Amino acid sequence: MSATIADVTRRIAAGEVTAEGLVDDAFARIGTIDPHLGAFLALDERGARQTARAIDKARSANEPLGPLAGVPIALKDNLVTKDLATTAGSRILEGWLPPYDAHVVEKLRAAGAIIIGKTNLDEFGMGSSTERSAFKPTKNPWDLSLVPGGSSGGSAAAVAANLCVASLGTDTGGSIRQPASFCGVVGLKPTYGRVSRWGVIAYASSLDQVGPITKTVADAAHLLQVIAGHDPRDATSLPTAVPNFAAALEAGVDGLRIGLPREYFGEGIDPGVRAALDETIEALRANGATIVDISLPHTHLALPAYYLVAPAEASSNLARYDGVRFGKRVEGVDLLDMYKRSRGAGFGPEVKRRIMLGTYALRAGYYDAYYKRAQQVRALIKRDFDEAFTRCDVIFTPVAPTPAFAFGAKANPVDMYLADVFTLSCNLAGLPGLSVPCGFTKAGLPVGAQLLGKPLDEATLLRTGAAIERWADITETPPGVATLEPKPDQGTQPS
Amino acid sequence: MAQLSRTEVEEIALLARLHLEPDETTRLETELAAILESFGALAAANVEGIAPMTHAVPVDLALRGDQVEPSLSVDDALRGAPKRAGDVFLVPAIVTGKSE
Repeated sequence: MSATIADVTRRIAAGEVTAEGLVDDAFARIGTIDPHLGAFLALDERGARQTARAIDKARSANEPLGPLAGVPIALKDNLVTKDLATTAGSRILEGWLPPYDAHVVEKLRAAGAIIIGKTNLDEFGMGSSTERSAFKPTKNPWDLSLVPGGSSGGSAAAVAANLCVASLGTDTGGSIRQPASFCGVVGLKPTYGRVSRWGVIAYASSLDQVGPITKTVADAAHLLQVIAGHDPRDATSLPTAVPNFAAALEAGVDGLRIGLPREYFGEGIDPGVRAALDETIEALRANGATIVDISLPHTHLALPAYYLVAPAEASSNLARYDGVRFGKRVEGVDLLDMYKRSRGAGFGPEVKRRIMLGTYALRAGYYDAYYKRAQQVRALIKRDFDEAFTRCDVIFTPVAPTPAFAFGAKANPVDMYLADVFTLSCNLAGLPGLSVPCGFTKAGLPVGAQLLGKPLDEATLLRTGAAIERWADITETPPGVATLEPKPDQGTQPS
Repeated sequence: MAQLSRTEVEEIALLARLHLEPDETTRLETELAAILESFGALAAANVEGIAPMTHAVPVDLALRGDQVEPSLSVDDALRGAPKRAGDVFLVPAIVTGKSE
């Protein structure tokens, strides 16, 4: 299972492995490792085997195979899957079987991917550690005493621990990039509108995007190629041509102008993170990139703007969970009481906090001071990026101020919000952002570099990320997971 | 920036259709005030003349033809309902139908 999408598709096409064999291996490994890791909320063994057999049959008959034929893929559990339990990490949706597949799931299935299961997340994507899942924590494959990041922590941990070949996550304020960084894998948040949100359980609709979490940058390009494109069912889906993302992967960084925003390299960055980033910057320079000093002067306003815009949208989006059409119902004395009790019992503390915050910000008399002002600041942040991109092609920053942290370390909500400080602006401005492993701290924890690009310019991010990946070379098995590996049989050597 | 009274927290919870236990209300009083306090920089930002940004990318209003297209069957749409009666969702009565 340590194989990449490129390996698997090649070996299946060549008949070296069968899709069914890969599925057997995946579930055997999940059975051994995941009880200790907690990456999955649901598995679909029956559906996976059925798809695998169909692919093996198609290959035997020399029928054309899709671009993801036989690749075991995991999905964040806020992507709806027909007849496969989907919870968004919330008790309020426990037991719900969606009657349809999300657009991205349709695309994956059409490409021959094998959906093996649904991965853990902070409830409705609201969190940065996956500790806010209503069901269980997920552990970091590099060190089981640490969080995997969030909210797509299950997807990132599943890829890092080789429980699947690749996964999809969603990113509203950093939820693909930050867990990818904490788990030493690649995470891409596409430009807003690049990938359809149809069938994505909404958190903050003007910020949410679906994207790949993979072992390599080439795999991220491959997966994005499959899921990107216009979908008339999402009114914000861009009717824009999708380029060939793999085309520029080998082009290197020679001649690229890479901007370092000084606001992202101030105090508060862990020294190990800083050292890994500094080495990467030197490597970029040595390989022909021009490093440009830039400023994004409204960066300090991104956090409050985000934590007003996102909860405001969430308070509206989550109004649909009222005990009437799907999900949990708790009976009350009348209809209003039924709504309140269903929602009170179904939502966890962080979701309630954000619904309350959003409702407060949208309230008559407070709207101008909070929500409107946050949207004006959002415009200033976007303008900062527009100006910066006149001077550089790519912006290089840390993904997070620290490597993975311990469970319970950010019990105070404001401390947890600060974990997103470097990833939020990208969503507010609608830009593409890539997290790529670039080194390790002294304690051996992976560090991610964040690359931010111009709207719809994922190709330049992937090209730059592929170069960084070649130097950083993070291919070892995460040591936390290594302790869970089945022990080799030591008593059968013939004497 | 803000201090929230218990009454305000209760009012917001009603607007949000959230039942809160007394200890949750107490905790949210403190937490929401602390969160809003940490957003102080926003109040100081100069936003004069800046139009609010509602979308990440400029999107024209997407319209489609007024044609019936395949969609969920009634059974599929209703099968996740906590309570149903035939082809409708069942909720507690809003109007009793009794006349005085």
